[in-house]
Formats: sequence, C-alpha cells, structure tokens
Amino acid sequence: MFRYTVKRLIQGVITVWFIATATFIAMHSVPGDPLSGERLTNEEIRANLEARYGLDRPLFEQYLIYMGNMTRGDFGISFTQQNRRVNDIIREHFPVSATLGILAVVFAALGGILWGALTALFRNRLPDVVIMFLVILGISVPSFVVAGLSQLGLTSLNALFGVSILPVAGWGTLLHMIVPSLVLGLGTMAFLTRLMRSSMLEIINADFVRTARSKGLPPTRIFLKHQLRNAILPVITVLGPAIAAITTGGFVVELVFAIPGLGRYFVQAVQQLDYTVIMGTTVFYGAFLVFMVILVDLVYGFIDPRVRLE
Amino acid sequence: MAEQQTNGITADSPGAAPARDPLSSVAIRQIALLAIAATVGFVLLMAALSWASDLTSSSTTSVGAIDVETGTITLSLTQEPPQLDSTRLTDSVSGMILGHVMEGLLRYDINNQLAPGVAERWDIRTDGATFWLREEARWSDGEPVTAHDFVFAWQTAVDPATASQYAFIFYVFKNAEAINRGELPRETLGARAVGDLELEIEFERPVAYFDKLVAFQTYYPIREDFYLSRDGRYAADAVDLLYNGPFEITVWVHGAHVRLEKNEHYWNRDEISLNVIDFPYITADGNAALNLYRDGQIAVVNGLGAESLDQVLAERWPVRRYSDGSVWFFQINHREEHPTSNYNLRKALQLVNDPGELVYKVIQIPGYTPGESLFPTWLNGQNGLFRQEYPAPTVTPNVALAREHLEQAKRELGVDEIPPIVLLADDTPGASKQAEYYQNRLMQTLGLDIRIDKQIFRQRLAKAEAGEFDLALYGWGPDFDDPLTFGDLFASWNLNNHGEYANADLDAQVRIAQESTDQATRMAAFGRIQEILIEDVAIIPNYERGVLYIQDPRLRGVGRRVVGPDPDYSRAHIVAD
Amino acid sequence: MSTAAFEFGPGDFERVATERRTQTLSRPSVSYWQDAWRRLRDNRRALISLWIVIALAFFTLAGPLLWRVDPAAQDLDQVSQAPGLPQVAAIVEPYASWAGLRATPLAAPAGTPATAPTGLSLVEPATTQAVRLAWDPVPGATGYQLYRNIYDPDPDGALGLPVAEILDPAQVSFEDRLDLEPVRYWYSVVPLDATGAEAGEYATLAVDTTRVISAAEAETLGWIEDAGTVAVGDEIVLPYHPFGTDYLGRDMLSRLMYGARVSLFIGVVAPLLFVVVGIVYGSAAGFIGGRVDQLLMRFADFVVALPFLLFMILFKIAFGIGPGESGIFPMLVALVLLAWPATARLVRGQVLQIREEGYIGASQLLGAKTTYLVLRHMIPNTMGVILVTLTFAVPSVIFTEAFLSFIGMGVAPPTPSWGSMSNEGLRTMLTHPHELIFPAIFISVTVLAFNLLGDGLRDALDVRMRGQE
Repeated sequence: MFRYTVKRLIQGVITVWFIATATFIAMHSVPGDPLSGERLTNEEIRANLEARYGLDRPLFEQYLIYMGNMTRGDFGISFTQQNRRVNDIIREHFPVSATLGILAVVFAALGGILWGALTALFRNRLPDVVIMFLVILGISVPSFVVAGLSQLGLTSLNALFGVSILPVAGWGTLLHMIVPSLVLGLGTMAFLTRLMRSSMLEIINADFVRTARSKGLPPTRIFLKHQLRNAILPVITVLGPAIAAITTGGFVVELVFAIPGLGRYFVQAVQQLDYTVIMGTTVFYGAFLVFMVILVDLVYGFIDPRVRLE
Repeated sequence: MAEQQTNGITADSPGAAPARDPLSSVAIRQIALLAIAATVGFVLLMAALSWASDLTSSSTTSVGAIDVETGTITLSLTQEPPQLDSTRLTDSVSGMILGHVMEGLLRYDINNQLAPGVAERWDIRTDGATFWLREEARWSDGEPVTAHDFVFAWQTAVDPATASQYAFIFYVFKNAEAINRGELPRETLGARAVGDLELEIEFERPVAYFDKLVAFQTYYPIREDFYLSRDGRYAADAVDLLYNGPFEITVWVHGAHVRLEKNEHYWNRDEISLNVIDFPYITADGNAALNLYRDGQIAVVNGLGAESLDQVLAERWPVRRYSDGSVWFFQINHREEHPTSNYNLRKALQLVNDPGELVYKVIQIPGYTPGESLFPTWLNGQNGLFRQEYPAPTVTPNVALAREHLEQAKRELGVDEIPPIVLLADDTPGASKQAEYYQNRLMQTLGLDIRIDKQIFRQRLAKAEAGEFDLALYGWGPDFDDPLTFGDLFASWNLNNHGEYANADLDAQVRIAQESTDQATRMAAFGRIQEILIEDVAIIPNYERGVLYIQDPRLRGVGRRVVGPDPDYSRAHIVAD
Repeated sequence: MSTAAFEFGPGDFERVATERRTQTLSRPSVSYWQDAWRRLRDNRRALISLWIVIALAFFTLAGPLLWRVDPAAQDLDQVSQAPGLPQVAAIVEPYASWAGLRATPLAAPAGTPATAPTGLSLVEPATTQAVRLAWDPVPGATGYQLYRNIYDPDPDGALGLPVAEILDPAQVSFEDRLDLEPVRYWYSVVPLDATGAEAGEYATLAVDTTRVISAAEAETLGWIEDAGTVAVGDEIVLPYHPFGTDYLGRDMLSRLMYGARVSLFIGVVAPLLFVVVGIVYGSAAGFIGGRVDQLLMRFADFVVALPFLLFMILFKIAFGIGPGESGIFPMLVALVLLAWPATARLVRGQVLQIREEGYIGASQLLGAKTTYLVLRHMIPNTMGVILVTLTFAVPSVIFTEAFLSFIGMGVAPPTPSWGSMSNEGLRTMLTHPHELIFPAIFISVTVLAFNLLGDGLRDALDVRMRGQE
C-alpha cells in the first residue's frame, strides 16, 4: 500500500513536469507576444520590458529558468498586472473555483444517486419518464445556453416576487453559490443518474438480493445494505473524472455569473497572451487534477475491498 | 409473498406493473429520508465553505442600486482593473477607478473644462512652467501632498526600469526622452521641486497644450517613501496605494469587488456628496449587467448593445448617450508589396465605403456617427469646434466611379484580378460583425475577395506591427484634449502607423503642430493633415463611437467625458424620489 | 488372463448408413453483426435516433441543393427578422441626402422655461429608407434632443432611444435612418435650455413607416432582373426567409444547413480521426506488449492528464487561423492531439483481453498467422467497443465546438457553425429568440440522437463499457 502510494506520487510529479513542458511549448509557439501594446511607441521601452521578463534570453534558457522557479513554487509575475504575482492570483481565485466545483460535484453525486435510484425503482412509470426527460435535457443542451437561461429565469423570478430572492450574479455569500453550482453540476448529475439507474436495475434482482429476501431480511436493510451500496460503487469510479471535468469546466458558469474564479482568469490571460498566468494556471490545474485522480483511486481501494492496489 | 415480486421482469412491462410493492415503498421512504439528509448536508457544506473562504468577509449585504441613507451607489465593472499604478496604467477601467481616488495638478470638472486640482495656480511659458500647489492638499494618511511627490512620480514614469508605455507623454520635459532611453540618470528630468509647494518644469521644446497634458493620469503624484516601502507591490492591493483624490479604495477583492469610500483627508471633501461607490460585480457580459439592473442591484448599465435595445424600450428604462471620443477607421497598408499601396485601389475602396449604412444598418446603435475624418467632431479648435472651423472634405459613395478606379488600379498593377485582400480584425463580436459586413459589401460592389483575419488582441497587434494585413479595422481614443492626440498618428515615424504611410507634406505639418505655440498655425496644420489623409486615402474613416447607457434617474451629476476618467461619479449626488 | 490374437480386417468395419443429427439449426444462422442489427431495430429509441442522424445528414448535404440561398448574402433591410410570411416592399427613388430645414432661432425673455415644440410633422411620407421630421423653432431653445420609441411614451414619459442631439438652435429638422423597420414609431422632440439641459416639455409624433427599396438596390441584391422593369410605386416581394434572418440579414435556414456542415463535420471527423489514432496506438501497445507497451501507455497517461479545455484553448491559438481560413482544421488537430488516449487505452485493454481468449489459442494451435488473427478475430471483436466509443464521442465534440465558440475561439467568421450561431443568439435571446432557439435545438437534437444511438448500439453489441463515456 505504502509503496503503491509512493509510486503513484512519483508518477504524478513526472506527469506535472510533462504538463508544464507541453504548456511551455504550446504557449511559446503562439504568434505574437504579451508585450505589445497600443501605446508602446518606443523600442527602448520595449527592450526594457523584455529584459524585465527575461524574454530577451534564448528559449531554452527561459525554459530552464522557468522550471527552476517552478520547483521552488514560484510562478513569476503577471504580464498584464505587472505588480501581481501569479501565486497570489492562484491563491485568491482558485478557492472560488474549488468552492463552486465541490458544491457542483456534491450536488451532482447526491442528485445523481437519488434520482437514479428513484428511476430504477419506478422503471417505465411516470416518475422515471419525467426524470429521464429532464436528464436528457441536462445532457443535450449546451452549458452556456443553460447558464444564460437560468440567469434570465432568476431575474424573472425576482421580478415576479418584487424582491431579490436569489442574486443574479456576483460572488461572496451562500446565496450566490446556489444557482451557479446547480448549473455547473447539471451535466454530471444527468450522467450519474443514467449510470445509477442502470447499475441499480442490474442489482435490484441480483442473486444476493434474492438470497437476502428469502432469508427474511427487512426490506429497509436490503435496500440500504445490499442494493444501494452495491449500486453506488460504479458511480464512485467515475467521480474522479467528473471532478476533473467540473473543476476545469467552470469557465462558462464563471463568465455568465460574474464569478471571480480561476477559469475566467485563464480565458482572459489567453486573450492577453499573459505567459506567466497561462503557465501558472495550467500547471496548477494539471497538478490538482493528477493528484485528485490519485486520491480517488486510493479512496476507492478503501471502499471496495475487491480492489487491490498494486 | 416477496417471492412473487422478485421476478422483477414483470415490472418491466408497463402494463403489468405490480400495484403495491412493499420493497419500493420502503425504498422510496428511504430515498426521501436520504434526500432530506442530503439537502441538509448540502446546505451545511455550503455554509462551511462560505465560512471557510474569507471571501464572505469582504461582501457586504446587498443594499440595492442606490441607498439614500448611507449615500451609497452600487455599480458593476466590465473587468478587473489591471493596473492601478499610475505610471504603468494603460486601460480605461483602471483609469476610471484611479480618477476617483487620485488627483493631479489639474483635473476636468463636470462640464469637462480644466479646473485646478492639487495646483492652486500655474504659469505656462514657452520654455517651461511653474505650478503652485495648494497647502491643504493631503494624502489619505494625513500627510501633505508636496511638489516632491510629483517629481518622484514623473521620474519613475520615465525611468527605463519602470518600462511605462506612456513614458512618451513626458517627452516634452527636458531630458525625458534621453532618460527613457537610458542615456541620462532619472534625476536630470526637467522637473524640480522648489520648496514643498512650488513645482518648476523645464521644456525640451515649446508646447501649446501643456495644461491639458498635466491633467493626464500618468501625471498623478506618488509619494516616494510609501512607494519604496511597498517593495515592488505598489498598487497591487488596496493597502498598497496611497490616495489623494476624493475617494479611497477600501476593498479590493481581485476579480470580484472594488469599493470606494469617501476620503476624509481630501482637501475639497465638502464638494463630495456620495459616501460609497461600490463595485461588487465584475462582468463583461452585457446580459448579466442588464439582469442586475432589472433586479435593482446596479444603478448604471454602460455600453448597451444593439440587440438589447428592444428589451430596454419594453422595460421603459431611461436611455442616454454620449460619445466616448474614439474614432474608428481602416488602417491601410501602404507597403509596396501590398496591392493597397496603389492609389486607385484605395480610391475605389474609399468610394464604395458607406459609413452611413455601416452605422445605421449594421451597428444600429444611436450615438455612433458615420466617420468622415481622423479628427472627431468633438475636438476643440481655435475658437469653436475644430471640425466646424476646418470641415472634412466630403466623400460621397459612388459605386460607378469606384469601379472605374478599380479598373485603373488593375491596369497599373498589371493584374486581371486584384489578389485577395486581407482584412485584419480583433475578436470582439462587434469587429466580427463589421468585418463580415465589409466582406460582403466589397464583394458586391467591387468583386473583391476579402479574407477576414480575426485574431485575439495581442496577435492582432503583432500582425499589425509586422504589416501582415491589407486593411485593418482600427480605433484610436484620445489621451489629451488637443487635435495632436490624433494628428501625429500617421507621421512616418509613429509606430502606430502600422501601414507605414509616408508623406513628406504630412510630416512637415505634424512638426508644425507639435512645435508651434500659435493656435491658428497649429489648427491650419491639422486642417491640412485632415485633407491629405482623405485626398491621398491614407485611411478610410468608418465611425465615431458612441455609448448608450441606462442610469437610475435618482443618480444625478455623473460626468461623462471623452478625455479623462469616464464615467466620473466623484461629484454625483442622489436625489430621493 | 489370456488373450487370443485377433486381427482386424477391413471387413470388420461397416459404414453406418445414416448420420445421427445431434443438433439441428431451426433458424437461419445469423452473424454477430446481423444479430446486433436485429437487436438495434427492436430498440425504438435507438432506431428513431438513427433516423434523426440520417435526416441531419440529408439536411446538411442535400439541403443546400433544395434551398439555394447563399448563407453569406446579407439583406440589411431584413435584419433579425423573425420567422414569418414573405415581406413586400414598394419601389422608391434611390436615397438622396437631405440638407434639412433651418429657421432663425427665436430669443426668449430670460428665465422663461422652454415650451414644447409646436408643428412637429413629417416632411415627406415615412419609409424604411428615411423618416424626415420638422418642427417650429422653440423660443429660447439652444438645441434639441430627439427620441424614438417603439411604444407609446404617453403614460410615464419613457421617450425611448436618444436618436439625435442637435446643438444648433437654427436646425429644426431631423432625418432618421437608424435601423428603420415597417412599424409605428413615436418620435419626441425635447428642446434644450440655456444650460444645455433638457427642458421638461416635449412634443411627440406617431409615425407609421412603410417598407421600401430602390430599384437599383433591388437589382444589386439580385432580387429583380433589371431595374428598368419596375417603376416607382410598384411592389416587389422580398426574398422569403422561413426561419427568419440573423443580425446581418442572412438567411437562417441556409446558415443552419451550412452550419451543420461545420458542426457535424467536426463532430464526426474528429472522433473518426482520434479513434483511428487510438486504434493504431492501442493495438500496437497491446500486441507488442512488454516494455514498449509500458512506455506507450505511460505517454498516453501523460496526455490524459492534460486539462482538456485549457489545452484546447491553448492549442487553438497556438495553431492560429490565417486570413480567410475557417479554423476548422486547427480545431480538428487540437481535438485529435488531446482525445486519442482514451480510445488507445480501451483498444489496448480489449486486445490484451482477447489475446488471452481460448479461441485465439485454438487458432494459433491450428497454425493461424498473425494477420489472420488480427483480421479475423481482433478487429471484429473490438469493433463493437470502437463503434460505441465513436458514437458517444460525437456529442462531446459538438459540445466542445460550441464551448469554444462561446468564449470567442470557435470557427472564424463568416463561416457559420451551430455553436457560433447560438453564441450570437444568446445575446439577443430576449428580443430575437429565434436566433438562439434554432441552432440550440439543432445542437440538442443531434447530441441527443447520438447519445441514444450510442445507448442502443451498446446494448445491441452487448458491450460492457459503463463509465467509459
């Protein structure tokens, strides 16, 4: 177990190095550079700027310097906000994205499991049809359409009641989080509902359930101990990738609901070709995802005794 | 009993579903319980998360768009202010914020006239200028604002180590250009403090518009001891700035929230009526801003798009307009290897361009006006408006004549078909729409093959600088209130002249306008520049940009201006309805 | 025990007359694929989805042959038109600029407030070409502010859009050309007082405009053969747009058809490409095995770890879009570069599994060559998994394209795609909902069809691949 964990962690570190290198190469092959500005009318000033950011050195040297700084956990200074460190940017904006992401994942997992179990129990009856129709909508409508429409719905709701029940945009309080996290988790919830439904259907009449019934166990116990517990296992397996999709997929929700997350920052940084912010965000996100997946794998080993880690 | 239902296959066919199923009903009860537990858990988790993230500490409870009691107005920003260090500032959002919390020697008043700021009186000569500072001007920590603070800020701005994009705006100072090139030490700048309250400036050359330059934001003061104490983090956060303007920043949560509160040390605090200007929303999404206004959360929506006008009318909101002062035009590539270096081709393009159609049918926003010249209509001339003193030569769209010029161009270029023309545009929705319109228009009228090259901001700049375009959609906003802010754009040495237009006559006129101090001579020079640009088709004007906005009727006295911080809420007041 | 020597001769054996059949095939034998097809046909939802996919293919491939409207042709007189009946326009003279009317400004005794203008009237009949208004000068006015509304300003004085600001008191007329539609407008004139502020009083005029076009314009746009055949006052029927038009007056139906080409092309070709790459890579790894397999799979793990959307954006700008290019190719390359490892892993897993199956061993024992093994056993047995992966990849690629369009990094204009169309439509969703609804419906239906088809295929092919979507 310990050896396995160490091995996975070392692999994770190498993966992060790979991500950093790939980002570095991709970014420096983008034509144009972050230092051009409309009022930059003087070649000398430009040279000064290049020296300040080390862009006057050969590319490979820049790479080595960058990697060196990165191992010390220093992502450098932003190009567009010249007095802000990238570390500060990540420290201030990632918690927002993470909060949103955690809520969305929890919402998606709980919703998916509950709805999925319900639809399986009511197979082909009205609740099943209704829920599956909603699920299908959740799967097939692009997220930016859902986000835009739900914001519009919020304003209409507030206008209807004459008071502001839920905030339309912004960030800071509990109420700000509800709708964006629901929208963000919707796709994953729909996916998990389908998964849970089929996995529950398989188990509902499995042999061990029949055995449990025939030996006279109370239905509550059968449902909780045998059916639900076994049906959830496959759902947990896909949670790792789901977390990844949600935490990095927050762009749309962050843009529409004016949430100061890291995703929105990344989109801006790309448009401004802010090298250091792009590098910092990508490497940080990459590392986060890699270690998340490792964590989920380890946790899964504890939950399901059938899985042996090696 | 249970035995019968275990054969679940029967439940698969809808008709044969068992009427009562103890297991299902138990399960449903369980699910209901679980759902309640999950909801409670979800809410607890949210509470924990919001408690854990220190974000909550910054957010105050929503007070709505306007709060009469506390004198608070709530607004939204289109983006996080990228740079509040006045020496490095380049964008309008930062400029707007900084305009509320800092004050230069001079400032613009509510009627957009120059008014005394930190300077009480001043004297501008041909070789220099003297400013006398008011004694009661204070920083937000109570210390007096002195002439040294200005000298330090200006020296920092021209210092090559600062690498300010706006260093050129100091080039009228003696030695400024040489310092910026690293040839002289920063102490040699032609500005020095005579005592605490007198500022002596030496010019490199005579300058006719120096009072207007002084109101520019790069001229704001910075106190040396404070700047040095921040150790490179000056203006990175609310506590890393020292304020001498009517407001100070009390909250700055990056990307989320900026809050301005009245600066009690401001010398003219009696003139300030608002206590708080709050920006708790930062969003570039126009729909989100409209939704916030509709919800009563913000007092102003700036820059309405054509697509939201019908909604605004249906809601019966009061709409206002003003010109933001910028002029938009085609930059044309005059390099020899580009077909657009041919005069007749340019003339054909000019003759089919119909700015009226562009503004009225494509842009569709009232407030935009069809472009006729590089010099916008609001510019002041010698006595009245420049464009009334020197009307731009009129160009009437004439497709038949344009086709004649096109044929002539083909003969001169020795081609049967004009090669594809590259139209460089940025990636904003508006620019795409205009590019698509022009593509269709030029195809329809002249049969030209237009290739749209849509690029993100930095790449568009890089391509423009490298001359990789034939036509480019381009806009220019004023830095100061003098025609020169537009007039020198197409001088052969100007780096923003991306098409490398070179015209000896125009260069000579630019030099006259820069060096003369006689307004009549200068305006005549600008008049000639305007003529050359149109007659030689150096550029093709498209439009002057307007801004349509909604403002809560209870909010009055908001300054809208083409030059300087815009919008200016500093002298605004609230009327109770 | 003693045994007597006994020799068998041919005579000792006797041919059995009839062979006993132990098993009989009561039905015609069906192959795996025939069986799968039969099962798919029994799945109603999957079958409908299959038909929808075929209909979409028809819509985008054959549609433009039937509906011959240029998706790039702009009709600036019918911008953002909702779906409806064909419009009729009257022929008028070409637009001629108008100098306007001037009057001597009237002075007013100081301190008297400006009154509402009198005599506000149309100078000539209002058309969609121009609306020309004039009014009598107001004593003491320093200028006039003009408003236009599409609703009656009466109840609460909501004057509408500020269409003009006239700062010359001598100017007592106004020409409106801004985005005129054949509806009723309410124009209001507000005089400006000495300080330049609006006086409280105003005059309002309701104006009904008629749709017109000049013969020359109609000819340029190709709506009539020859400008000489129509006279002023004639009526012509404007081109019909059954699905309405977009923000530049382009035909929505035609753009949806061409947009489908982009969206479906990317949606189908990108998965095909990365699946092919994945098959080659994965089967190579699975087949060779050993250290090479380890190495190849480690690299695939690296690529999987790249944050997908972040790298999609990065690659998209790194490859760049040249002038006049649509940007489809860079998007395809970026998708293939990032998405192949999933298929590679899947195929490798399948290959490893099949390699250990009994029938492979049996084949090898009977002397089957590698090519035979690959062609006869490996490929047919992995085909099911691959087909299902492919089907499920289509919706996610279509979504990715839409997402990139949303953040402004999709295909370059003027190329339409469903994603870019719905992004444009999102901004106008309140005023012109049809610009959002149509492309959004097409995206949803396509995504749904491919999802359900994928479900059907998975069941029909009996592929166990839960959680691989």
